[in-house]
Amino acid sequence: MQRFILGMRNQITLISAILIITAFISELGFENTEIFIWSLVIASILGGAPIAIQAYQALKVKVVSIDVLVTIAVVGAFLIKNFEESAIVTFLFLFGAFLEQRTLNQTRSAIKELTEMAPENALKQMENGEFAEVEIEEVDVGDILLVKTGAKVPVDGTVLTGEGHINEASITGESLPVNKKKDVKVFAGTILENGTLQIVADRVGEDTTFGKIIELVEEAQDSKSAAERFIDRFSKYYTPAVLVFSLLVWLISQDIELGITILVLGCPGALVIGVPVSNVAGIGNGARHGVLLKGSEVIHDFSKVETIAFDKTGTLTIGNPKVADQEIYTDNAAEVLGYLVSVEKESDHPLATAVVEHIGEIKLYPVEKTDVVKGGGIVAQVAGRRVAVGNVFLMEQEKVVLNEKARADIARFEANGNSLVLTSIDGELKALMGIRDQIRPGVKEDLQKLKKLGVKNLVVLSGDNQGTVNLVAREIGLTEARGHMLPEDKAAYIEELQAQGQIVAFVGDGVNDSPSLALAQIGIAMGGGTDVAIETSDVVLMNSDFSRLPHALGLTKATANNMRQNIIIALGVVVVLLASVFLSEWMNMSIGMLVHEASILVVILNGMRLLRYK
Amino acid sequence: MQKATIQLETLSCPSCMQKIEGAVKSLDGVDQESLKVLFNASKVKLNFDDEKLSLKEIEEAITKLGYEVKKSQAKAL
Repeated sequence: MQRFILGMRNQITLISAILIITAFISELGFENTEIFIWSLVIASILGGAPIAIQAYQALKVKVVSIDVLVTIAVVGAFLIKNFEESAIVTFLFLFGAFLEQRTLNQTRSAIKELTEMAPENALKQMENGEFAEVEIEEVDVGDILLVKTGAKVPVDGTVLTGEGHINEASITGESLPVNKKKDVKVFAGTILENGTLQIVADRVGEDTTFGKIIELVEEAQDSKSAAERFIDRFSKYYTPAVLVFSLLVWLISQDIELGITILVLGCPGALVIGVPVSNVAGIGNGARHGVLLKGSEVIHDFSKVETIAFDKTGTLTIGNPKVADQEIYTDNAAEVLGYLVSVEKESDHPLATAVVEHIGEIKLYPVEKTDVVKGGGIVAQVAGRRVAVGNVFLMEQEKVVLNEKARADIARFEANGNSLVLTSIDGELKALMGIRDQIRPGVKEDLQKLKKLGVKNLVVLSGDNQGTVNLVAREIGLTEARGHMLPEDKAAYIEELQAQGQIVAFVGDGVNDSPSLALAQIGIAMGGGTDVAIETSDVVLMNSDFSRLPHALGLTKATANNMRQNIIIALGVVVVLLASVFLSEWMNMSIGMLVHEASILVVILNGMRLLRYK
Repeated sequence: MQKATIQLETLSCPSCMQKIEGAVKSLDGVDQESLKVLFNASKVKLNFDDEKLSLKEIEEAITKLGYEVKKSQAKAL
């Protein structure tokens, strides 16, 4: 019975409306007081039933909810035979809830679009070898699945047979289809544009990259900031306090009408809903524009950021460095380069990759032993000779003498913005290479936008030499440049800024900078949707798109503002209503309820504006 | 222990959360710490002891409050 009544809420609301209109037509048009009263009585009882049931359920779990306040008020109005008030208040409350649900769905639409992209079915190979369509929950790791043209890849997996092009926009933001063939990884939620693939499932459901993105966004939209938790606690005590207050007013003034009016006016409606609405709309907007924000605490912090520190390689630059200049200090170049490539092949450092790529095919030597010198390079034993490959610091450590020409070359290379790779064999300098990385297009304009949004300091932190870093900083308009920094130096620098009371964001690629990402109040990962980036950071820029950064900052500022506006609207309404009941003649329950419901819609509509933020 | 995810109809009042939280918490076998009622996602997530409690019983506790359960799943932890 209870469930039936609650299920009929919308129909009840409509019938109430018709009854109330009938009542007023018969009273005003035909002066028929009998129909007037009976229509209102029926409307009050009908409309009051679902509210009273909800109030009863709330009380059962020891919660004094808004339903409780409204139910008492309506019963009170009914007892003093003010049927007009009881009918209109119940109707407005129900109708308001109906509108709230509709508009709330709108604010949540952006995130819904994302979650609806999750695959629901899969073609799974059954025991008889045939493929049959099953629900996604029935797919386990190790199952073999068939993906046809136009279908969604249901899991993270590896291609067994077949070939095709996959659109991975849902994971990386990149809309150019990627070729996939045997042994290549495919990702859940991406779409096979042509071809047919058989894949084996490596990760399913929430463990897939797409599943993690969805879970992150879903939890983010419901995560609470300190301010929100305060409001939650506040409203927990606020509603019972209103109840007690109205009781006192009634006892002191002996005016039951005044008492129940206060019950309705004191409802905290817009206050509890205002902040979550801004939150969900802001995070939804971000998800749509390739910015994953991990919850409202992040929004709050990021909106007040003063200093943003950037990693250089892969963040400000494209991250694909190339050898731009070279000097060889020996006649036997082939041998030296052979040694160099043999050593560099042992490393996956971006500079090493650039050197190997630059030199190309060459005779290799057996590498007997390698030691990585942190922040320096590699020292190796090759064919019985000691080969050191690295920066100037490493050469000093190896006691390599740098003659005048070498010093001049180094200075020239650095001035051109190169990172240096020096090679010494048995303590003698043999080769010098200058490696340069291209700056991402548009970075300068994006940094300008960040400054306009009120960020005071833009700092680059890099392991490269100071000359290179200075050059980059000048070129794109950073306020400070720090070179020669190891990952722990970067973290220490951030700590130092924080000790001065600054709010610091760090932008990095999420893998080698995880200490800084974790330490900064706002860790921003330039992740092409990788798991590490998603897990260690507070903000993820999908597809490593630097131009999303100003949008992200602007959005958090707009969202934080929006929350503030909603809190002010909500508190303002309660204060004005309560003041006017004592100071004016015209205030009553119905007007109070109308204003309340209107204020709830206002905060929801205000939150919705964030969906359109650009 | 099992991990349950229950998708509800759109929740529109934050006090619904308190009610659902209260109702589910009172069930024997629910890991109190793990219980999360997500307002915007309109989801309930929790871990529960499947020897003491079934997913059906949890669903019932919620539907009794008048909230429709749209979809639910439980996975062994």
